[in-house]
Amino acid sequence: MSIAYVRERDAPLRPPPAGTAGALGWLRENLFSSLGNSLLTVLLALVIGYLGWSVLDWAVLRGVWTGVDRAACAIDNAGACWPFVWEKFPQWIFGFYPIAERWRPVTAFLIGAAALVPMLMPGVGAKKWNALFLLVVYPVIAFELLAGGLFGLSEVETTSWGGLTVTLVVAITGIVFSLPLGILLALGRQSELPIIRSASIAFIELWRGVPLVTVLFMASVMLPLFLPNGVSLDKLMRAIVGLSLFASAYMAEAVRGGLQAVAKGQTEAGLALGLSRWQTTRKIVLPQALRISIPNIVGIFIGLFKDTTLVLVVSIYDFLGIINAGLQDSKWAAPQTANTGYFVAALVYFIFCFAMSRYALFTERRLEQMGRR
Amino acid sequence: MPQTAVQFIGVNKWFGSFHVLRDINLDVAQGERIVICGPSGSGKSTLIRCINRLEQHQEGRIIVDGIEINDDVKAIEEVRRDVGMVFQHFNLFPHLTVLENCTLAPIWVRKMPKREADALAMKFLERVRIPEQAHKYPGQLSGGQQQRVAIARALCMTPKIMLFDEPTSALDPEMVKEVLDTMVTLASEGMTMLVVTHEMGFARQVADRVIFMDQGQIVEMNAPEAFFGNPRNERTRLFLSQILR
Amino acid sequence: MSFEATARRQSRSSIWNSGRLRGIALQGLLVLGLAALFYDLALNTAANMASRHIVSGFDFLWRKAGFEVSFSLIPYSGEDNYARALMAGFFNTLLVSVIGIVLASLLGLVIGLMRLSRNWLASHIAAGYIELVRNIPLLLQLFIWYRLVLTPLPQAADAITVGSASLSNKGLTLPAPIFGHDAWMVWVGFLVAAVASWMLSRWRRRQQEATGKSMPTGVLSVLLFVAFPLLFLAAVGWPVSFDYPVKGNFGFSGGMTLVPEFMALLLALSIYTAAFIAEAVRAGIMAVSKGQSEAAAALGLKPGLAMRLVVLPQALRVIIPPLTSQYLNLTKNSSLAVAIGYPDLVSTGGTILGQTGQAIEVVTIWMVVYLSLSLLTSGFMNWFNARHRLVGR
Repeated sequence: MSIAYVRERDAPLRPPPAGTAGALGWLRENLFSSLGNSLLTVLLALVIGYLGWSVLDWAVLRGVWTGVDRAACAIDNAGACWPFVWEKFPQWIFGFYPIAERWRPVTAFLIGAAALVPMLMPGVGAKKWNALFLLVVYPVIAFELLAGGLFGLSEVETTSWGGLTVTLVVAITGIVFSLPLGILLALGRQSELPIIRSASIAFIELWRGVPLVTVLFMASVMLPLFLPNGVSLDKLMRAIVGLSLFASAYMAEAVRGGLQAVAKGQTEAGLALGLSRWQTTRKIVLPQALRISIPNIVGIFIGLFKDTTLVLVVSIYDFLGIINAGLQDSKWAAPQTANTGYFVAALVYFIFCFAMSRYALFTERRLEQMGRR
Repeated sequence: MPQTAVQFIGVNKWFGSFHVLRDINLDVAQGERIVICGPSGSGKSTLIRCINRLEQHQEGRIIVDGIEINDDVKAIEEVRRDVGMVFQHFNLFPHLTVLENCTLAPIWVRKMPKREADALAMKFLERVRIPEQAHKYPGQLSGGQQQRVAIARALCMTPKIMLFDEPTSALDPEMVKEVLDTMVTLASEGMTMLVVTHEMGFARQVADRVIFMDQGQIVEMNAPEAFFGNPRNERTRLFLSQILR
Repeated sequence: MSFEATARRQSRSSIWNSGRLRGIALQGLLVLGLAALFYDLALNTAANMASRHIVSGFDFLWRKAGFEVSFSLIPYSGEDNYARALMAGFFNTLLVSVIGIVLASLLGLVIGLMRLSRNWLASHIAAGYIELVRNIPLLLQLFIWYRLVLTPLPQAADAITVGSASLSNKGLTLPAPIFGHDAWMVWVGFLVAAVASWMLSRWRRRQQEATGKSMPTGVLSVLLFVAFPLLFLAAVGWPVSFDYPVKGNFGFSGGMTLVPEFMALLLALSIYTAAFIAEAVRAGIMAVSKGQSEAAAALGLKPGLAMRLVVLPQALRVIIPPLTSQYLNLTKNSSLAVAIGYPDLVSTGGTILGQTGQAIEVVTIWMVVYLSLSLLTSGFMNWFNARHRLVGR
């Protein structure tokens, strides 16, 4: 038998057999590829269907949408108590801020958002000025708007602040303080000088090794002891100091990761060009390190945002804290009130954090595409 | 024992809606050495990976050593015991020593006692000429050494058929020769081999048949002298002119 | 002047500008600065404490506590001193952390494997779970679980009773084991079981090396751990008795009660940490290249064996470091107990702090405990990484 063979005519390009590709094929392969798999699919579909239906039923179908007090929500078989949310929502956002002055937190937020949006978009330039504004100028402006006392604005004590305002203030201030401190610590950790290196490592490991709750207690109770007799730091500031120190340790680790990811050749090139060590670090290595660390830094911010809820243990009313406090209102005492409150809280936090984590993912992908330039 | 080692009858395969293997008909005899070449994306790797069910075919029949390959798990396991495979990127197990790499399958699949498996492994490591590396880890060896270990590892299962998926493509040039020499030795001992490669010198030296694949089809096959000397299909000629400068 | 002398003189003067001297000066400044700061803080602290009539030092630990805790593993009452209260809190922290770690690992493993599943629904449900749990603050999840756990539970008088166990809004009340004189023999039993189990696996391995046949002994090992301790207990006359709870109108007397706070904290911690563990498991298994499982399959290894011998050992190297990190996070997160009143270390410490004002001492104790746990974990991780490093050139 001759083994020689030459194809005379091309075999036709055919579509795959029915049921192996396209929608049916996908179903077969991914959901029903075997008996066990099919059973699993059915079981999971039932579970998810039941859960989804329960939530929909409770929140929408059986939900109470109008009313003025608990009477509306205490009826039989009631679902979510939405009138409770409608009434309390402004308080959840502004806390006990005087109603007439509420334009001030709103303005502060709008300025921040306006400055943040161009910062987040990769194409827009002048990032350095943008960052400087956000990190240095904006906090001062926002603080002035919120606290008042200058420019004819009435003073509003920090004890009146509450709700989402406090959450944002604490989280943003935390990041603003922890970022420069974290960079310094990361650089200190890389240093060749033994004392600076050990001090940095000790500082970082200290804050990373203890729970945030203890840090908040520490800031709340110990800080007044450390300060000279006349000086006092108000409760919110103490919490922010504690949170910032705590976050700076994690920030230091994120920046350290970025520093290590910058190729060694960059430092060598800088030194070869005649720049001093400090100049090389500041102008060549650090910018690249920070860019690489952005996904991790956003991650830390997300963590901070969630961790603001812990200020409850030192009696500061953040978003969760004020919702929790509102549940005690006897005007709305009904079985579903607490469930509704927690549901809305979970929804709000989820939307914020999910959006931020998607952004972090987006920057990470962009970095990979850019080849970490 | 059947005379035909591997049989492809009207085999078609799709990746999603992409028709990657078209109307493959092929008979490989016992002891035959086949080299498969062709441009990238022509389906050569997919073809040999269908033989040990690393890829599934949707149409047609594949019969290996008398066993038909389908969804039957037992049949697949039996086929895999008799078919050895060497990969482009070696795929040695980095957490095991060279010796352990070779004895893993004999111990756990053929239920061989450890002493016997060790002796078997040393025998094959000597055959590929690196017995002194037996207690090193793959990460400590060069690429050429790793690939030779991979060959020994496959041989330790005493397969009847050996598949090679571009065994030298990932190697630095100076190491290609040591691996090819090993394969030549193997061929001279009568092993049935299907080799996907660009090394035409090897094909000329060792192959009983050279197959050219393009766009999922077998376009031409012939004995090496006829194949290289007198390619009959236009596409074959084009391909050969590109790789044999 | 000769060329060499000039060069020597120039190099000597440049030493004074050298980085080395600058470095020493910088460090010296840092030390001085820190010393000055600490000195200032210490002065302030001393003054403030004096004005509040708080005496520094740890003597306050031996004062009578005067407060009860809702749950304690070790016997404790208000008559005991503060040190014992802290001890009770510490063991409560350990209890919820250890059980939480076990549950979180099991759940995390399941979710992680689900995430890798070829079943689209399974994979996406796992992804949904992970996203949901990771984006909602742990404190909120704790409140939700606390409410979910507490709401359906009836009053003590109407408790759901199964045998001697009762479920009510006081918690899960069980008979409390009272260990008699020789009950420590149960530990001897565990020890013997461990030795026997080890010997069994060695014998099994020898058998396989000699004959090639392998025998499954996992189940047998587990049985050993149950059988031997029981055997030893029986041998000394079974010195374990139970204190059965007696149901009253408002609560239970006797027995031991797992309070709802404990259950809520355990649930919240386990479910939260499981999401992160799932991601670590997934990353670990995905880190093992596909070629490894292909090579194993090509050699004839069944999927189960391929996973056990080839994929899992390599995956574990990648999984263990973040896994230990998550275990540490769980332990630190247990401090959220203070928000729902579970008497852990931070909770009891906080009460003591409020009563005595000895902030520095209490905070120091917290830090020492948690830092030690932290260091232990990092030490273990470093040891593990060093030991299992893949050998390369």
